[in-house]
Amino acid sequence: MRQVIYALMPGALIGIYFFGFPAIKVIAVCMVSCIGFEALWQKVSKRKLSINDWSAALTGLLLAMNLPSGAPWWLAVIGSAVAIIFGKQVYGGLGNNPFNPALVARVFLLISFPVAMTTWPQPRSFFAEPTDAVTGATPLGALKTAVFEHHSVTAAPHLNFMDPFLGNIGGSLGEISALALILGGIYLIIRKIITWHIPVSYLGSVALFTGILWGVNPDVHANPSFHMVTGGLMLGAFFMATDMVTSPITNTGKLVFGIGCGIVTVVIRVWGGYPEGVSFAILIMNALVPLINRGTRPVKFGAVQ
Amino acid sequence: MRSSFKGGVHPPEEKGLVKDSPVVDFPLSSRYYVLLQQHLGAPSRAIVKSGENVKKGQTLSEPMGFVSAPVHAPTSGTVKEITRMVHPVTGLLGPCIIIDADGKDEWLEGLPAVRDPFTMTHDDLMEAVRSAGVVGMGGATFPTHVKLSPPKGKTIDTFIVNGVECEPYLSSDHRLMLEEPDRVLNGARVAMKILGLEKAYLAIEANKPDAIRVMEQKAPPEIQVVSLKVKYPQGAEKQLIKALTDREVPSGGLPMDVGAVVQNAGTCAAIWDACAAGIPLIERITSITGRGIVQPKNVRVRVGTLLKEVIDFCGGVKDAAKLIFGGPMMGIAQFTSEIPIMKGTSGVLVLTEKDTNISEYSACISCGRCVEACPMGLIPSTLSKLGEKGQWQKAAENNLMDCIECGCCTYVCPARRPIVHFIKHLKALSRSAGAKSKGA
Repeated sequence: MRQVIYALMPGALIGIYFFGFPAIKVIAVCMVSCIGFEALWQKVSKRKLSINDWSAALTGLLLAMNLPSGAPWWLAVIGSAVAIIFGKQVYGGLGNNPFNPALVARVFLLISFPVAMTTWPQPRSFFAEPTDAVTGATPLGALKTAVFEHHSVTAAPHLNFMDPFLGNIGGSLGEISALALILGGIYLIIRKIITWHIPVSYLGSVALFTGILWGVNPDVHANPSFHMVTGGLMLGAFFMATDMVTSPITNTGKLVFGIGCGIVTVVIRVWGGYPEGVSFAILIMNALVPLINRGTRPVKFGAVQ
Repeated sequence: MRSSFKGGVHPPEEKGLVKDSPVVDFPLSSRYYVLLQQHLGAPSRAIVKSGENVKKGQTLSEPMGFVSAPVHAPTSGTVKEITRMVHPVTGLLGPCIIIDADGKDEWLEGLPAVRDPFTMTHDDLMEAVRSAGVVGMGGATFPTHVKLSPPKGKTIDTFIVNGVECEPYLSSDHRLMLEEPDRVLNGARVAMKILGLEKAYLAIEANKPDAIRVMEQKAPPEIQVVSLKVKYPQGAEKQLIKALTDREVPSGGLPMDVGAVVQNAGTCAAIWDACAAGIPLIERITSITGRGIVQPKNVRVRVGTLLKEVIDFCGGVKDAAKLIFGGPMMGIAQFTSEIPIMKGTSGVLVLTEKDTNISEYSACISCGRCVEACPMGLIPSTLSKLGEKGQWQKAAENNLMDCIECGCCTYVCPARRPIVHFIKHLKALSRSAGAKSKGA
């Protein structure tokens, strides 16, 4: 768990760099409240205290990275309560939850508080003069609007690769820099905390699917490189979809799971009502994990052929 | 080198402590503790009475059934009593014959009975193996005569001598093959004669190049020495057959179902002693090793010797944290050293605190590492969760009985869950439920 927190550091630091003090506040509130709710629940339900396993801290950090940097404190606290209690503890705690707790909270907040959850402060340097934060659309939001209103991708601003690659865009505080998240993800793979199967199949299927659409009609579809670096894709592919508790157990299953996440993500991004589909895609695929596990059981030694 | 099997792990080999130590003889003890059940299958029943004088090699018990084996007196002396003592494998009290040695170490009259086994009939050879109480000495202790008598309808075409010794730390088979290659090879030839086979494999893991060299020089043309990739559990019977012949023993089946018979190198030596000299299985080589032993050694020791005496012979223990009968992967932790060496004791391990990881386990997070490691293609994480709840019926549906208890899953588990322990518990629950329903 601690290794995953280390791996999230580059992404979190980029968020703090571009969004300043409010980002630190959101991260702190989320982590402290997640640990607090975990301890509280375990105390009330007379279970063994397990906050020293770092899993609540990790859920808090992941939730913070999924929130807009300007999220008010109460939003972060409600999100933490939902993540820990309804995302995890009601199922029996660590290891038993079917859905990724941080994503349960993100989607809960998105549906319950749509305005607060889609007010995106625009990036500025940490050292810039403190002014009232300017808000604006995320690149994917701008893309959706452009395609919807003008039937053309070229009307969208920020339609480049470098800004979202480095993190100079509006968005959830921990998902803006693809580069920082990829570095963290590679660290996890090298340290053998996660395997390559889910990130590669997830990112690969998004690239392939958006590539086909772009090839068919580049006027109304953004190119795949744009899709790869925007939204929650990198955070989702390396850190959320790879959550071991809520992903399949075999490598084959992980490949199926990753491809499924990729397809659902693109379907929502291109044809859905929301500009971004990573959270929904992972939650939907979380629900299919028992089925995938059933279908991808290893062949036992000496099975009758 | 042959291709191998799916799954498996690469634990530190740790063979360096004893692999180059020549076998030393353990001196005669004053008292021996011969357990009546030293084999898989039906127990054996004592046929001597307390106070009776016995000679070295004399039969002490009779097998109660076909899948069973007798035990023999390790030296001459008097039966002190027939009692119960801690059985290192079951952890329960098991019937045991205590013999006070008279110090003369006299053979039973007529032993050793030197003869040429290759002129003996099949039935005489089988009787020699059976009455000598030979069992699988790799640790599973399945009675050898049962393996050598396939039922009608099963054709055996492959005989394999198992000299793999993939369990970390242990070197008893390694030293045996280096120091007494002829006993192993001749025993293998006798087994081939019993099975009516012309060809055999002798499998050795590639980390024992000296043993491979010696065996290649000594082996007759009909025994092919094969060097196998180093991977645990390469020496497990089913994985070994798969690596050598690419045949998979069917789930719930036996090696003979795919025409194979596997005998451990030590067992082959015991077959030779039984057939060529009428000598029963009363001693074996065992590795007393681990950093918790002051002077790790390979010891030739009589079956029934108290482990405590053997450890003292090796200089005693230092910083000892854990005592294991067998190796670190499949061995069984012990709470006392007042237990006897058995026919299947290929080694005893004393680990220091630094070499052990005695900590609490945590919840399974379904990371899947155990699934990748399992050489039997099972899902150990599911079994371990069912084990926590004692749900053996559900575990049986999840291939509980296919588990060979090799320990790969427990080795890789990041939550340090004692998975094999849970599985053994489930198997015991399932067995006792089966026994109850039979009794009803």
